[in-house]
Amino acid sequence: MNFTLYIWRQRNAKSKGKMVRYRATDISPDMSFLEMLDKLNADLAAAGEEPVAFDHDCREGICGTCSLVVNGVAHGPQRATTVCQLHMRHFKEGQEIWIEPFRARAFPIVRDLVVDRSAFDRITQAGGFISANTGPAPDANSLLVPKEEVSTAMSAAACIGCGACVAACPNASAMLFVAAKISHLAHLPQGQPERRRRALSMVRAMDGEGFGNCTNHEECEAVCPKEISVRFIAEMNRDYLRAALTTAEPETAS
Amino acid sequence: MTATAHVEAPSAVAGPPLVGSPLDGRAPSGPVEQKWERFRRDMLLVSPANKRKFTVIVVGSGLAGASAAATLGQLGYNVHCFCFQDSPRRAHSIAAQGGINAAKNYTGDGDSVFRLFKDTVKGGDFRSRESNVHRLAEISANIIDQCVALGVPFDREYSGYLANRSFGGAQVSRTFYARGQTGQQLLLGCYAALSRQVAAGTVKMHTRMEMLDLVVVKGKARGIITRNLVTGKVERWAGHAVLLCTGGYGPVFYLSTNAAGCNVTATYRAYRRGAYFANPCFTQIHPTCIPVHGDFQSKLTLMSESLRNDGRVWVPKKEGEKRQPNDIPEEDRDYFLERRYPTYGNLAPRDISSRAAKQVCDEGRGVGPMGRGVYLDFRDAIKRLGRSAIESRYGNLFEMYNRITGDDGYAVPMRIYPASHYAMGGLWVDYQLMSNLPGLFVLGEANFSDHGANRLGASALMQGLADGFFVISDCLGNYLASTPLEPVKADAPEFVEAQTETNVRIDKLLSVNGKRTPDSFHRELGQLLWDHCGMSRNARGLARVLERVPELRQEFWENVQVLGHYDEYNIMLERALRVADFMEFADLLAYDALVRDESCGCHFREEHQEDGECRRDDENFCHVAAWEFRGPDERPVLHKEPLAFEAVGLASRSYK
Repeated sequence: MNFTLYIWRQRNAKSKGKMVRYRATDISPDMSFLEMLDKLNADLAAAGEEPVAFDHDCREGICGTCSLVVNGVAHGPQRATTVCQLHMRHFKEGQEIWIEPFRARAFPIVRDLVVDRSAFDRITQAGGFISANTGPAPDANSLLVPKEEVSTAMSAAACIGCGACVAACPNASAMLFVAAKISHLAHLPQGQPERRRRALSMVRAMDGEGFGNCTNHEECEAVCPKEISVRFIAEMNRDYLRAALTTAEPETAS
Repeated sequence: MTATAHVEAPSAVAGPPLVGSPLDGRAPSGPVEQKWERFRRDMLLVSPANKRKFTVIVVGSGLAGASAAATLGQLGYNVHCFCFQDSPRRAHSIAAQGGINAAKNYTGDGDSVFRLFKDTVKGGDFRSRESNVHRLAEISANIIDQCVALGVPFDREYSGYLANRSFGGAQVSRTFYARGQTGQQLLLGCYAALSRQVAAGTVKMHTRMEMLDLVVVKGKARGIITRNLVTGKVERWAGHAVLLCTGGYGPVFYLSTNAAGCNVTATYRAYRRGAYFANPCFTQIHPTCIPVHGDFQSKLTLMSESLRNDGRVWVPKKEGEKRQPNDIPEEDRDYFLERRYPTYGNLAPRDISSRAAKQVCDEGRGVGPMGRGVYLDFRDAIKRLGRSAIESRYGNLFEMYNRITGDDGYAVPMRIYPASHYAMGGLWVDYQLMSNLPGLFVLGEANFSDHGANRLGASALMQGLADGFFVISDCLGNYLASTPLEPVKADAPEFVEAQTETNVRIDKLLSVNGKRTPDSFHRELGQLLWDHCGMSRNARGLARVLERVPELRQEFWENVQVLGHYDEYNIMLERALRVADFMEFADLLAYDALVRDESCGCHFREEHQEDGECRRDDENFCHVAAWEFRGPDERPVLHKEPLAFEAVGLASRSYK
């Protein structure tokens, strides 16, 4: 297969970027989207041109590193799929493909298609944990958790932290990401003691990073490779509200 | 202390190994079940007020690294943690699917610490260190408790109790899991604990930073050299101890189930600085992966071993079978694992299952376009349990299979083939996880100690967390409390020298201006190793590798193409630095495979077999082979650590 690609090239965070046109030739329909870019990079190298930088690692849809907007859609056209698991058989011969980085003020560009998502780490540091020290913990079966509850927690915990939700949102909101962590822990008995404090400080950190607010477009859910439900955003809002009304200023998490 | 051993030269190219002084694993005395308690009774401690005076460098943020950094930070050490990914949450532990073993005996099916210990020693074909494995089995139960406390959503029964399933090489159900994403959930648990310490200021996290050298001062590991992958800046970091938690070297075969970034650089650079590399030829080839389909493939995707709980593995009985799998009647199918290993059947261990699959493909009975595949068939399980039961157990795996191949695993049998997956070999460590270089500790997949010549399923997660959560804090404290350490700053001459050497290496790569990409060299190297040093090895093939690798290495340094500059985000340079180390490491791997003139576990030397099974040589090879670096083109020195099997007893390993 052959394609015409338009790819965002930008040397570093400070320089100006632009879309550049390339030809991708001899592409097999069984190649993944990133393998198609590997092939392009090999061809560019043969011509003495610097390769296109893009983030990737596990290439099996679980590490959350890959982060491309393909034809205007974060992770591309296939539902519930990271771009590393998207295969070229889903494209038409000769098609134009536009490839851009995840765009958001809170995700500055590092180079080409690579962005800095460290804001997610800082939000997690604000409270996305249970403050259990390493040491002898109670027997795992001393805490019974209904199967349905753990299943809901797991559906939220499945978030891979890729940031597609932010890239897809017209407000560049990170609420699906934050809600997924808050709900994961809120559905478990172990998560209860810090539940309110967690909601307050994670939401505050999210706002501080410059992410926008949710205005119910639900674009995040539509692009989420792990199909995290926007219901969790409603749960987070409820937790946040309850916490804001009943808790004094959160202390610094420790 | 080196002397030429009185053994036949394994090949003209390689020559016989130079044998150095033997190694002692420093396990405490006494019966195996009392060793860890004895160590803990006698170990020295660092007082709470003194801990913050010690700087600990942790390289890697997977299960071992993140759990170690979090635990040491919580204890009060001043921790610096480095990872090459953009976030510690993305380390490759995240991709582990199936589960984590623990001797909880929640299912009441006869499990115990001793049984887990014994299964692991036997699974490793008697090439691991008994004392370490026993400690691992003892700690396994605490890991589950710790992870539940951290909020890991393990699957549960309707009663609310934790659920278990079976895995290869065991006759009990001791594997805990979180859907098909156990590694992800465990890593996110560690990442959360790490994040808490970062917020508390006890751990400083350095992302997109790759370790390029180890700094040794007066014989002790005192720091590292890193390259900032965004700015290109090469920096020096000094501390009182260095922990390498940098995973395995599976991608030495190029195609593997590992992430694209997994590499040998950190451990190989430590080897070059004097740390011994143990059993590099013990590389696990996982039986259930999606087969290779084309030239530009960048990775092989693993399908969890847990599928073999319900899937049956088979190939057609006759060569060149043209019929579609569903049209092949029962009597024309060969369920070769069930036939050869009736006791364990489809849950035979990984090395054995992989080899059996290769053998039927070599006989011309392989399936799929390239004839390198076997069927994994769920027809009978669906008939017995219903499609919905299979869906709820493995839904995400069937979906993944469909996504990659376009086939429906519910309707037609899946096709699978073995792929490089895990490294049992790694840097040599003693019982306290310390390398022969004092102050250098090695945790998780990066060390060699617990899995011998073959790792059982669901044991990698267990080891990473045992080392990081529960073993290292005691061992590190003991080291720091018992070792006088002079103050060392990062501007000491050893640091400046190592930094200069790194810069020279980078400049050299950028100035070759050749024609071949690092990737193309890596592919050729990987194919060479896969062909001659993969699932099946012989002296001739290994000699071929040892001849060819130096040529390829020379070509690399004369013709590699690295575009761009050093002081920027440069993916070609990043890659070239890793491939350069794989090129040197490949020699060591093949040489170790050649010198280990026996078959054991994953290491199948065609010269030593009985009915297609491994024939071990306990008289000559019941030892760890730990290699000492002498120079890039020189033969390394072999240090042997003799292995004694007192609790389990050396036996032939049978799953029949």
